[in-house]
Amino acid sequence: MTLFPLPPSGMGEFKVHRVRFFNYVPSGIRCVAYNNQSNRLAVSRTDGTVEIYNLSANYFQEKFFPGHESRATEALCWAKGQRLFSAGLNGEIIEYDLQALNIKYAIDAFGGPIWSMAVSPCGSQLLVGCEDGSVKLFQITPDKIQFERNFDRQKSRILSLSWHPSGTHIAAGSIDYISVFDVKSGSAVHKMLVDRQYMGVSKRKCIIWGVAFLSDGTVISVDSAGKVQFWDSATGTLVKNHLIANADVQSIAVSDQEDSFVVGTAEGTVFHFQLVSVTSNSSEKQWVRTKPFQHHTHDVRAVAHSPTALISGGTDTHLVIRPLMEKVEVKNYDAALRKITFPHRRLISCSKKRHLLLFQFAHHLELWRLGSTVATGKNGDTLPLSKDADHLLHLKTKGPENIICSCISPCGSWIAYSTTSRFFLYRLNYENDNLSLQRVSKMPAFLRSALQILFSEDSTKLFVASNQGSLHIIRLLEGSFKHLHTFQPQSGTVESMCLLAVSPDGNWLAASGTSAGVHVYNIKHLKLHCTVPAYNFPVTALAIAPNTNNLVIAHSDQQVFEYSIPDKQYTEWSRTIQKQGFHYLWLQRDTPITHISFHPKRPMHILLHDAYMFCIIDKSLPLPNDKTLLYNPLPPTNESDVIRRRTAHAFKMSKIYKPLLFMDLLDERTLVAVERPLDDIIAQLPPPIKKKKFGT
Amino acid sequence: MAALEEGFTLSAVPLGAGPNGLLGVEQSDKTDQFLVTDGGRTVILYKVSDQKPLGSWSVKQGQIITCPAVCNFQTGEFIVVHDNKVLRIWNNEDVNLDKVFKATLSAEIYRVHSIQGTEPLVLFKEGAVRGLEALLAEPQQKIETVISDDEVIKWTKVFMVFRHPVLIFITEKHGNYFAYVQTFSSRTLSKYTLLLGQEEKSVIQNFTASVDRKFISLMSLSADGCIYEALIPIHTSGPEKNQTVVRSLVLRTVVSGNARSGVALAVLDHDHIAVLGPPLPASKECLSIWNTKFQTLQTSKELPQGTSGQLWYYGENLFILHGKFLTVIPYKCEVSSLAGALGKLKHSQDPGTHTAPHFVNWETSRGYGFGSQNLEQSKRILRRRKIEVSVQPPASEQLLSMIKKDSEKHIEVELCKFLAIKRTPDFHTVIGDIVFELLERHKAEPPFYPRNSLVQLIQTHVLSYSLCPCLMEVALEKTDVQMLQLCLQQFPDIPESITCACLKVFLSISDDSLRETEINMESVSDYSDSVQEEKMDEQTGILQNGFNLDKRNCDNCDRKLNQKPQAAAEETASCPVTPKRAALLRNAILHSAYSEMFLLPHLKDIPAQHVTLFLQYLYFLYLKCNENATMTLPGLHPPTLNQIMDWICLLLDANFTVVVMIPEAKRLLLSLYKFVKSQICICSELNKIEVSFRELQKLNQEKNNRELYSIEVLELF
Repeated sequence: MTLFPLPPSGMGEFKVHRVRFFNYVPSGIRCVAYNNQSNRLAVSRTDGTVEIYNLSANYFQEKFFPGHESRATEALCWAKGQRLFSAGLNGEIIEYDLQALNIKYAIDAFGGPIWSMAVSPCGSQLLVGCEDGSVKLFQITPDKIQFERNFDRQKSRILSLSWHPSGTHIAAGSIDYISVFDVKSGSAVHKMLVDRQYMGVSKRKCIIWGVAFLSDGTVISVDSAGKVQFWDSATGTLVKNHLIANADVQSIAVSDQEDSFVVGTAEGTVFHFQLVSVTSNSSEKQWVRTKPFQHHTHDVRAVAHSPTALISGGTDTHLVIRPLMEKVEVKNYDAALRKITFPHRRLISCSKKRHLLLFQFAHHLELWRLGSTVATGKNGDTLPLSKDADHLLHLKTKGPENIICSCISPCGSWIAYSTTSRFFLYRLNYENDNLSLQRVSKMPAFLRSALQILFSEDSTKLFVASNQGSLHIIRLLEGSFKHLHTFQPQSGTVESMCLLAVSPDGNWLAASGTSAGVHVYNIKHLKLHCTVPAYNFPVTALAIAPNTNNLVIAHSDQQVFEYSIPDKQYTEWSRTIQKQGFHYLWLQRDTPITHISFHPKRPMHILLHDAYMFCIIDKSLPLPNDKTLLYNPLPPTNESDVIRRRTAHAFKMSKIYKPLLFMDLLDERTLVAVERPLDDIIAQLPPPIKKKKFGT
Repeated sequence: MAALEEGFTLSAVPLGAGPNGLLGVEQSDKTDQFLVTDGGRTVILYKVSDQKPLGSWSVKQGQIITCPAVCNFQTGEFIVVHDNKVLRIWNNEDVNLDKVFKATLSAEIYRVHSIQGTEPLVLFKEGAVRGLEALLAEPQQKIETVISDDEVIKWTKVFMVFRHPVLIFITEKHGNYFAYVQTFSSRTLSKYTLLLGQEEKSVIQNFTASVDRKFISLMSLSADGCIYEALIPIHTSGPEKNQTVVRSLVLRTVVSGNARSGVALAVLDHDHIAVLGPPLPASKECLSIWNTKFQTLQTSKELPQGTSGQLWYYGENLFILHGKFLTVIPYKCEVSSLAGALGKLKHSQDPGTHTAPHFVNWETSRGYGFGSQNLEQSKRILRRRKIEVSVQPPASEQLLSMIKKDSEKHIEVELCKFLAIKRTPDFHTVIGDIVFELLERHKAEPPFYPRNSLVQLIQTHVLSYSLCPCLMEVALEKTDVQMLQLCLQQFPDIPESITCACLKVFLSISDDSLRETEINMESVSDYSDSVQEEKMDEQTGILQNGFNLDKRNCDNCDRKLNQKPQAAAEETASCPVTPKRAALLRNAILHSAYSEMFLLPHLKDIPAQHVTLFLQYLYFLYLKCNENATMTLPGLHPPTLNQIMDWICLLLDANFTVVVMIPEAKRLLLSLYKFVKSQICICSELNKIEVSFRELQKLNQEKNNRELYSIEVLELF
């Protein structure tokens, strides 16, 4: 039996700046579109942001397209070849470039605001429904879309569209009626009037929020009167009516097998409908409302139906993935409900030297200076502040575009941020208590649309990852700059780099895209040093350790690797932990690690965090196996040294701060933790529809 | 159907297996990882699904491993014995076996057993057994000798039975075999002599065993190629010496009789046995799966490169040494069902798809993962089938024909005999037939009422109402309350109308006739005594739960009660029915299953006096319930408070208009009314408290959350 080396008593004591004033509110979800081939989910938000989640990679948000004030997305869909289209109230149809992470093109449909869009079952035609009542058919060509023709114009806006699986007919939901069109002739075959009556009271209008056309000719509609209705498209008659809500039913999605569908209501409820046999042996089947789910507090604006899960999103900003237990073969952690609220990237950067935090919002940046205290205390104490935190700066962007990324230099003298079309660099001057801001003008054109910005540790260099895959190095001088070098992407690849890490000694730069491996560049010699072998799961965070120049990489499947840059190989510790495997509870965490940092005085420590925990890995301690307790929130009280020695392991976790958006080490004994309590977000959302819980 | 899948070799490099093959394959604490100990100096940990070794450890040159390495499931450490007496314990991280923990014992070890749920057990060659912890505490302790001089341990195995380990080992002495069963719950060692049966002095070549609640089923493969089963009781009845167990034939000639070596067997589940060996004298060695229920060969696999005659079975994998390679053959046995056979069950037999729906077999899945021989929970005892047909008991047909004519007494005796024999799978239908036949005869000649036989049949626990609906009708006719009580206790599916009819009978039967009948009073015995003692805790009994009634509201109702406080107290504190009747009502009726909808119409038919009586009794039970903090009644299987309340509500629902008119029920109704009122008051007060608490909590939370910035101290341990 081996005896473990005696660990140091505890991992040390920290003063933690617990920050809750990051007033970040995610935008509400407007559309979701599920792609079965790649098992990816596209989500659009009310600010025009489009996010791509990889459901196979632990639901990691692997890509995003920044929003735009004038580009409210109303519809989102995948076409053949995994091409992603959106349409919105500015009347444009947009195709996204999923490699370069920018907008490929935008085409005006000339029909006023677009409310709905649908791709034909074969994936080669695109249909949009416009404000002026027109339904327009576009042909999807390999590099663009081509307007083909209009269908018969209707008298009011087309809010929903659905193709018949054969591609011969479509159903279009409008206000008070549903039209069925013949695709060949473009003329309306049937017009099905929807009852305005709502619980005996005649409403002003009945809006058809969603339609679904099934292969047997049934059209399912959901409307603002709280109804789910089944229509026979051949005769244009109402077959069945389910009144499921006192408020609007806003979205519908049907499974590929057409044996189940899901609807979302403005009350935040998601209902599951299934096609079940009337009696146990009969072949006669009918649609039955089987399960209600209440995972949302607000309107469920969008739903999707993957083969194994119901996906919903809405005004309350959560993306909820609810696996269907009967479809899940293995009852493991994948079968658990997922609720994704925060972006899987960093919105906060920090200047350690000046104790500054830079917060990134959609259209502005905020700079805060942390307070200080002279008091000391014991674990759990809140110390009296000798100086409170200051709001130093509110920097508003020009133009309608959302900020993609931002960064403050470690010395606190530089701030850089980028939107889709412009790159901004500011010089900050601190004179006593006054702060002056000076914009560095004439930024070169190649810097626009940066996906990631990073300053070197000594704040003399700026690294910019642009879309198109190139990495720029810029030397910063007092108030000006000089372009040093550009690393061009490997020939043949156009994949953009989303994550950067620079070594504290300034010699190494690591960059990672969404799928290929991590590239490590030698900054001194300005050449590619090596490429860490590609791994199946996307990288979620990167960092290079001081002195050793070990690159620590966290992946979305919760694996953490340590790669020695000088030796061009994985370190012994990394091999050991891969051999033994991580603790099963570690692997079951459902948010990705978004930030990795190191302790300046303790080379064996790695600090990392996800949204619900903060962890210090002490590489000198034995690794936990599945029998050991991974997380012990209680301090070791009156336990003998022997027990402590036996139970001590490398992973020291704290779950005090949550949801944790950012955590970093300011100095040896000081941490900063930025939390964003969900209650604070809910408080800023519009009030939900009141529902009576008890009584009549 | 059972099936062997395509096997795979665990390692490309041949193991250093000596002529005797491997020492053993043992499970480790992680699923899918197995410890393989070869005949020489090496232990290798394999991950089977990856087909790769995870670790390998060797003892020093000159030392030799004498017992297969096992994993201590409680600590995850591995244990191996070398040179008979030296224990080594190590971890996955350790590299060199020389440097790990070592303990030298005073006696030679036969085997170290490790099984999920208990500490490892060490079996010494002399038959003594020790727990590992005790042994490590004092390694040089004296080990006693249990078996006689010439006895040699041949085979051993350990089981978990009711959370306690049971160890069995087989010894041989001059061609005689003995089984020793060591239980650790009672710390007893029992010795059994294995009687080999007809074939004298046949050599037993291999053993395997499985366990159910009471017996270890020891299967042995004899030199004649047949498999025999012997049942060894786990818990001995007495300390008498020289107990013997007889073997019975299970399968005939599964392997060639003159196979010298390479013969082994393993129990896979209730009905399946894996046998390793040549099926015909001249043929190659084979791994075959036999179904013992249907005596059929399910599948077999030829092993052209020969085997070492060793077979291990864990979870879903069979491990054999094929040639020089350790081969893993996955084994699947899908639950065969009639639905499957008739095609009603969806079979995913499309060649493309491999995602067979995974049906959970509740009976076998418990032991899954840690050796499925460990079927302690199996229902086998009910269905154990015997091959031996030496003493054929009177078949059910014989008994049925006997019922038609024989005397009551004779039938009773024959029935006793019939019930004493082993049960067949169709046992319950046979019993149903017998009951039916008995009642037919009763209908034909009314004086024939084989009460004892019927009671005996009911007590087999296999009857249900739907199997013999006429039984309860007859009992009702005869007002045989004892029989009715039994039926109510035993049958799971009595319709509400019959329950109600029984209730009527129980309430209406005169005390005199009750006195003559024998009724199971187990449940009421406890408190009928206490009834006598407590003739009196005055009226506070009514003001339960510490709640003081608002007198103004109840002035009217109280007045009448106050007029006769003494009488009222008596009424509430003493049981309103005789203990026997109470037993009937309480045990039989209150426990029976019902659906309100179907019960209500029948309750309306009960005469008002009886309703009142029953209500009084229920009210009495309710008061009794309230007397202690846990709100339970004393006695065996008491009805729960909910059951009592439900019945009160049901009775009142059904008969309120009638009861309210009866003068003697008035006081009862008033006190019930007061109870309900007080309960409502309490609930509303509780609600108020809850709301106030919630407000407080909210305030508290707000206070916590409002702080946007703070500096706190955190210590990570």
